[in-house]
Amino acid sequence: MRTFFKLGFVRGLLGQVLGTLLGMGLVTGMRAAFGYSPLWLAEPAWVIGGLLGTVGFMVGVGALTDWAKWAGGLATPMHHGAPAGQPEWTRYFAVDLSHKVIGVQYTVWGIFVLLVGGLLAGLFRVELLQPGMQYFTTDRYNTMISAHGIIMIAAILLGVGGMINYLVPLMIGASDMAFPRLNAFGFWINVPASLLLITAMFVGGWDTGWTAYPPNSLRTALGGPLFFLGFYTIGISSIVGGLNLLVTVFTMRPPSMNLFRMPIFVWAAVGTSILQLLATQLVGLAMLMLIVERSLGMGFFTPVLNEAAKALNSPPGDPVLFQHLFWFYSHPAVYVFVLPGLGIISELLPVFARKPLFGYKWIALSSIGIAFLGFLVWAHHMFTSGMSNYLRLPFMYATLIIAVPTGVKFFSWLGTLWGGKLTYPTPMLFVLGAISVFLLGGLTGPPAATITTDLYLHDTYWVVGHFHQTFFGGFMFPFFAAMYYWFPKVTGRKYNEALGKLHFWLMVAGFWVMSLGQIWAGLRGMRRRIADYDPALGVQNIQIGITVAAFVIAFSILIALYNFIVSARSAEVAERNPWRSRSPEWQIPSPIPEHSYAAPLAVVGEPYDYGLPGSVYVRMELAGAGD
Amino acid sequence: MSGSTAVHGEYRAALRNNRLGLWLFFLSESFLFIGILVTRFYLWGNTRPELNQLNGLLVTIVLLLSSFTMNRAETALVQNDRKTFLNSLLVTVVLGLLFLAGVIVFEWGGHIRPSDGAYGAVLFGMTGMHALHVVSGIVFILIVWNNGRRGLYSSEQHWGVEACAIWWHYVDLVWVFFYPALYLMGQAIR
Repeated sequence: MRTFFKLGFVRGLLGQVLGTLLGMGLVTGMRAAFGYSPLWLAEPAWVIGGLLGTVGFMVGVGALTDWAKWAGGLATPMHHGAPAGQPEWTRYFAVDLSHKVIGVQYTVWGIFVLLVGGLLAGLFRVELLQPGMQYFTTDRYNTMISAHGIIMIAAILLGVGGMINYLVPLMIGASDMAFPRLNAFGFWINVPASLLLITAMFVGGWDTGWTAYPPNSLRTALGGPLFFLGFYTIGISSIVGGLNLLVTVFTMRPPSMNLFRMPIFVWAAVGTSILQLLATQLVGLAMLMLIVERSLGMGFFTPVLNEAAKALNSPPGDPVLFQHLFWFYSHPAVYVFVLPGLGIISELLPVFARKPLFGYKWIALSSIGIAFLGFLVWAHHMFTSGMSNYLRLPFMYATLIIAVPTGVKFFSWLGTLWGGKLTYPTPMLFVLGAISVFLLGGLTGPPAATITTDLYLHDTYWVVGHFHQTFFGGFMFPFFAAMYYWFPKVTGRKYNEALGKLHFWLMVAGFWVMSLGQIWAGLRGMRRRIADYDPALGVQNIQIGITVAAFVIAFSILIALYNFIVSARSAEVAERNPWRSRSPEWQIPSPIPEHSYAAPLAVVGEPYDYGLPGSVYVRMELAGAGD
Repeated sequence: MSGSTAVHGEYRAALRNNRLGLWLFFLSESFLFIGILVTRFYLWGNTRPELNQLNGLLVTIVLLLSSFTMNRAETALVQNDRKTFLNSLLVTVVLGLLFLAGVIVFEWGGHIRPSDGAYGAVLFGMTGMHALHVVSGIVFILIVWNNGRRGLYSSEQHWGVEACAIWWHYVDLVWVFFYPALYLMGQAIR
């Protein structure tokens, strides 16, 4: 019991509750002091409460302790291992500075958030089985689709953070990330943020979708501002995580590892981090502007003027401005989600094909190319928004050009597979499944990017089908490939291969049915984000197919979780390098010791020369051996 | 290998990381401020509201002077002149507070309210976001002043002072772009 209350996580939750109450009390107290009535106004109370609750969590969990000490001039030595007098497992429930612990924390919390988002999808898919409303009110339905969107985005960002934090320092032979405290802060800020998003569903909900377009988002229920605040807070994690990763890669490689001898996943992580560091600020700004417009009446997005503004001859606000600010992040965000996944594909294919990676430099630079082009395409989401017509064509061409670096990746993958000695354990199956699904996403994208066709496809299930294909192909399948592939390294045990393969076949079959069903329904005119549909549209059978397939996917993920939990506790001990990988993290014991490498790595060859006799990538210099 | 050399090497490695990290943070923050400037030009176009020009000029001069005193503090520390170091930090804080007073009392107290259309929203949005950064800089300087008073920085090892100084210069630089966007560009509308 005493151990329980010493857990940072529990203290953080208490801090969040206290902080929220404090914020609410502050607002109500100030209203009382200035003699306003009514005393209780829900929106400012919840916004200030949510803000102070987040701070309360971070104070309670202890993520700010070392910085507070630094400000007070106290020494803050690095701490390794479990807190004094506590068992090893408590590390995972408290602020810990090791990137390996933080990577696991990101992944586990990411899977929890993923399950919440998946549960919501399951609920509203049941509603869509028949026309008419059976189980939910339309408001409840809208809240669920909105929450499904943002909660899944949070889950994907957490999964990306998990892979990057665990793998990148190991791959470049660094002892840890460049800023371990910032790393812990970047993980823990996600926890109060996720809780805010979940709370928002229960205090009125909101019906704007995850895109929060004004003017609807200015008028929606109380869940709206909590959702903006949660979104904003998750953005803070993205910014500090991206910053940390870039510094780590640029300053902490061993001198012998030049940029073109880094494992290919590191390049993908760099591309992702550039986008996270720069683009996230704009969506943060957009969310902040929504909050102040709602609570202080600052008319950024309202095209109507009040009397005082008319007297000033002020120009009006403009709701399209929000869409520009929002999509300047939220389009690059999809590359934040898929670049690490595509990096995982490039990383694993040579291992299972026993062949060098085809066109290493081209793959590496295509990640940076996608990241750069990703900044120039945001307005392709706005072809029907009423923005200036002359903006449409350049954004259409810029969008179609993105197919070039993505195509480079596809041809490199084919070149790597060509003539390889392929084996098909579970991670390889997920890699191949990812390629097939991402290809489908690549084929449904251009019709949505071309203005003439987009005018018909916009706001239909076609778009829903397209982005689920890119997210499953670019994130979900590669994420599970990575989970199975690095499972023996992280836990030191083998996973159950038969259950892994069952998971793959159920998920890939379920996904193809679900996704093609969405494309088909979209072509028949089914609009997205609509709780009900006309039976005359003839999409009921398609909706039933999508719902059944969605439940198959959910079931397969439960199998995977069962497999991971049971295997981590009691399965056979894994050998050190079961995949015969050349990457440095596979040359050290599993699970990896507290200090990963005893001495700096010496890179003496190319990373992906599989099948070339006598070639070596890294040499481990044992501590104390000396030259 | 003596112990002090090892500590020195560790400090140098950390310093390299810290510098790169801080400059990347500036790059990230620049996107925030560029977004705010984009909002100003999108909504205001080639016009601006009538503002108190004298007040705008005075607060700009005060803030630019504070950048000079901040630089003086850092240079004094490098030359081991502790008294000038600490005093210049305090002068910088006073100048920062004067700037805040000018913005909050005279600009926010003028005839424009936050809810007055795009003029009110952008004026309070720009000055408010910048003022928030000035407040963070003042808190940072006070922390550095307190730690400096207790002798925690040497003329060779003072990353905290360096970070605080460039943060303050950065906040000033943002105002160098905000001042013309608010006070000088476009046609003043009565």
